[in-house]
Amino acid sequence: MLKDQSPYFRFLVQLGDDALILSQRTSEWCGHGPVLEQDIALTNITLDILGQARLWYQLAVDQTQDFKDEDQLAYTRDSREMTNILLVEQPNGHWGMTVMRQYLYDTFKKMYYARLEESGQASISEIAHKCRVETTYHHQWSSEWVRRLALGTDEGNDKMQHALNTLWRYHQEITQDSEADIAMLNEGITVTPSMIREDYQQEIKTYLESCGLSIPDIRNEITGGRKGIHTEHLGYILAEMQYMQRAYPNLEW
Amino acid sequence: MSTTDEILTLLKSVCDPEIPVLTIVDLGIIERITISENGLYIGILPTYNGCPAMDLIRMMIYEICYDAGYRNIKIEYLNSPHWTTDRISNEGMEAIKQYGIAAPSASTRIEQLISGQSSVSCPKCHSSHTRLISAFGSTACKALMQCEDCQEPFEYFKCNGLR
Ligand SMILES: [Zn+2]
Repeated sequence: MLKDQSPYFRFLVQLGDDALILSQRTSEWCGHGPVLEQDIALTNITLDILGQARLWYQLAVDQTQDFKDEDQLAYTRDSREMTNILLVEQPNGHWGMTVMRQYLYDTFKKMYYARLEESGQASISEIAHKCRVETTYHHQWSSEWVRRLALGTDEGNDKMQHALNTLWRYHQEITQDSEADIAMLNEGITVTPSMIREDYQQEIKTYLESCGLSIPDIRNEITGGRKGIHTEHLGYILAEMQYMQRAYPNLEW
Repeated sequence: MSTTDEILTLLKSVCDPEIPVLTIVDLGIIERITISENGLYIGILPTYNGCPAMDLIRMMIYEICYDAGYRNIKIEYLNSPHWTTDRISNEGMEAIKQYGIAAPSASTRIEQLISGQSSVSCPKCHSSHTRLISAFGSTACKALMQCEDCQEPFEYFKCNGLR
């Protein structure tokens, strides 16, 4: 169903999917954070990112007759129709793993939204601006935590290095262009993820090394999220997230 | 005869559910009011993308306008212009302070807070000897702080504007 849609629609949905699935993941920490303040911090970040997903979806449904609202996009698609990158569906693991995933996501998205904001399309640019402001704030939080955990003790450093190694092969996809990204170059959007790959890689290398971590030498990338080919984790996320709408279609509060 | 002033007066009785002394007019989220034979249109600016209060605020606006006799009420979120703390009125700033929350100040944007250069003064004792506990508070718009002199923990309304 998704493949029959316009590139413009699919472009917006993939932005929304990244945000929706990450926020569903990080929401699992609500009530389980290591200390109250950080539980609240991550829950705040989760709400922001969920809000971002809504904005992208709301713009997306204006482009099609097949989905009436953002809820339908979130709750009625199966895993093969979800186009989020694999990084965001990876399990939370320990606190450091969640922080590392958030750091990689925030660093990339902060740079990407800044470029997207300058793109020609007003409606996209407005949302990108809001997302960029919030993501900058999240990035300050996640990068500060990476530093704190990695430079704290030897055990902390080991755990953060392990987190980075574990996420590394899933996260290369973040700077790869989907068909929709490339098609959007003809629609006035002047940036694709691969255009900021070098800047992104340079930034994370410099920062992570300053935190006493080393960039993994892992080459076998695992990709496919943008095409709907996911790791086994996404099915479980969707099963939980979509349960109510699957059991009681069109249920409203 | 209805005028936008009449609507504004109505909206001044709607408060931000998270800061119940701050009206949504003083918060600066009312961007557009149009009254025509077709009904009433109100365009509002969301403060933060995921702020759960926004849906509640929309419902509260709807109810108060409906109770005042308006029909065909359309309330819409606008993505532009962007809301910033600069849109909070002077009355709003005063209400925030009275409520015990440190009001947003451009001299303490979040970068300064995080780097430890806070110049937020304690709403209790007015000491400027304060520190950031967490950049995220009980709601999206606030950070959590503590006064080093009187030890009182308090909230700071995060500044994302220039004023
Ligand atoms: Zn004090």
